[in-house]
Amino acid sequence: MERKIRILIAKPGLDGHDRGAKVMAAACRDAGMEVIYTGLRQTPEMIVNAAIQEDVDIVALSILSGAHMTLFPAVLKLMKEKGLNDVLLTGGGIIPEEDMKALEALGVGKLFGPGTNTQEAIEYMKNWVSKHRTYKVV
Amino acid sequence: MSFTSNVPFDVLQFAKTLTKLEYGDPTVLDMINQNYQNLGRAYRIGVTGPPGAGKSSLVTMMAKHYREEGVRVGIIAVDPSSPFSGGALLGDRIRMQQLGADENIFIRSMASRGAMGGLAEYADAAADLFDLYGFDVILLETVGVGQSELEIAQCADTTVVVIVPQSGDVIQGMKAGLMEIGDLFVMNKSDDPFSEKATQQLKSAIHLKEWGEWTPPIINTVATENRGIDRLIHQLNAHHSFLIQTGALEQRRQQRLVRRIKQMVTEKVERELWNKTREIKLLQAIQERRQPQHILEEIYQDFRGSFYVGNESESN
Repeated sequence: MERKIRILIAKPGLDGHDRGAKVMAAACRDAGMEVIYTGLRQTPEMIVNAAIQEDVDIVALSILSGAHMTLFPAVLKLMKEKGLNDVLLTGGGIIPEEDMKALEALGVGKLFGPGTNTQEAIEYMKNWVSKHRTYKVV
Repeated sequence: MSFTSNVPFDVLQFAKTLTKLEYGDPTVLDMINQNYQNLGRAYRIGVTGPPGAGKSSLVTMMAKHYREEGVRVGIIAVDPSSPFSGGALLGDRIRMQQLGADENIFIRSMASRGAMGGLAEYADAAADLFDLYGFDVILLETVGVGQSELEIAQCADTTVVVIVPQSGDVIQGMKAGLMEIGDLFVMNKSDDPFSEKATQQLKSAIHLKEWGEWTPPIINTVATENRGIDRLIHQLNAHHSFLIQTGALEQRRQQRLVRRIKQMVTEKVERELWNKTREIKLLQAIQERRQPQHILEEIYQDFRGSFYVGNESESN
């Protein structure tokens, strides 16, 4: 049996606009993924803790508050500290292109802005997992 | 691979071992097998009930309470998978946010499909793994809507059935089979004006059945406000002592193992039975409009015959 892609979708920080996160969660489910949705107002510690326990392939953050330059690096740093080296950190929100580039340079995956086709993001994540996953089902 | 409790708990490794177990990795199954004698230390509590009854909130409060007693808590939260896409949206962690990042609470969400073999078998094995890794209390949470979900609840030593006043007619609950499996009943959202009446209805429904030495108590709670949880824990302790003193705990665990091994044997036989050749034969016979009873006999005889030949090498 093929191993399912597990993805954690979270909203860090204080912004309460979760429409985008929910749309993505539903799209990922419909694409056959197992989606762990943790809801609003998550701290980086909570997010990384959940990512470890759930053994996810992907952590996806939705940030519309403008705090992306703080939150993405904070989560990424914690992921590395805890040994989550084979997990993709990606996400979306209102993020200017230059910030996307800066975050990608730090090691964050591709980020998606408003108007993204959900399929585009899903394809990206599927490709990433098929290339980087270390444990394959025997 | 052998297991020793002296090794410090590695959360990353434990999480990955659970994943391997989910996909039937033989090394993990073998590890559980070899440590079979060490199982049964943890107290396993099943929590089930209709959608929206407040199971996740209740489990959160129970976990908090147990943490105050200093014990390590494992939570297995099962949500349904989509039969269409095979995907799942696992949202139990939303309610469990306030458990924060306590390293002595380990929460794992599971999708009902995607498990090797039966779901109950897998949830049971996952609970074994928590048990082996030194968790003291294991909370198994499932939506009580189908057979497999009821079976998961029965992987537990004690089963808690959660209902709410708004569930309306309690008799509906009896139909669903929920009434038969409860050791404890929780009437959650008891701040609802209908709660008193609903509790009365539940009480009379419970007393319709002959329970033997333990009659399930009803505990009124408001999980979101942490009300009634201490009484729930008190009753859980009482039930746990009852199980130990009467020998029912050992008996339940034996029954569970009987069920589990039976199911594993059945699944093994089924996999051997329905190889590609027989699947094709079946379809052809149906297309030829042959009588179902004749098809049955032919397939059955063919399967039995395969044992005398001594192999199934043509399979798949």
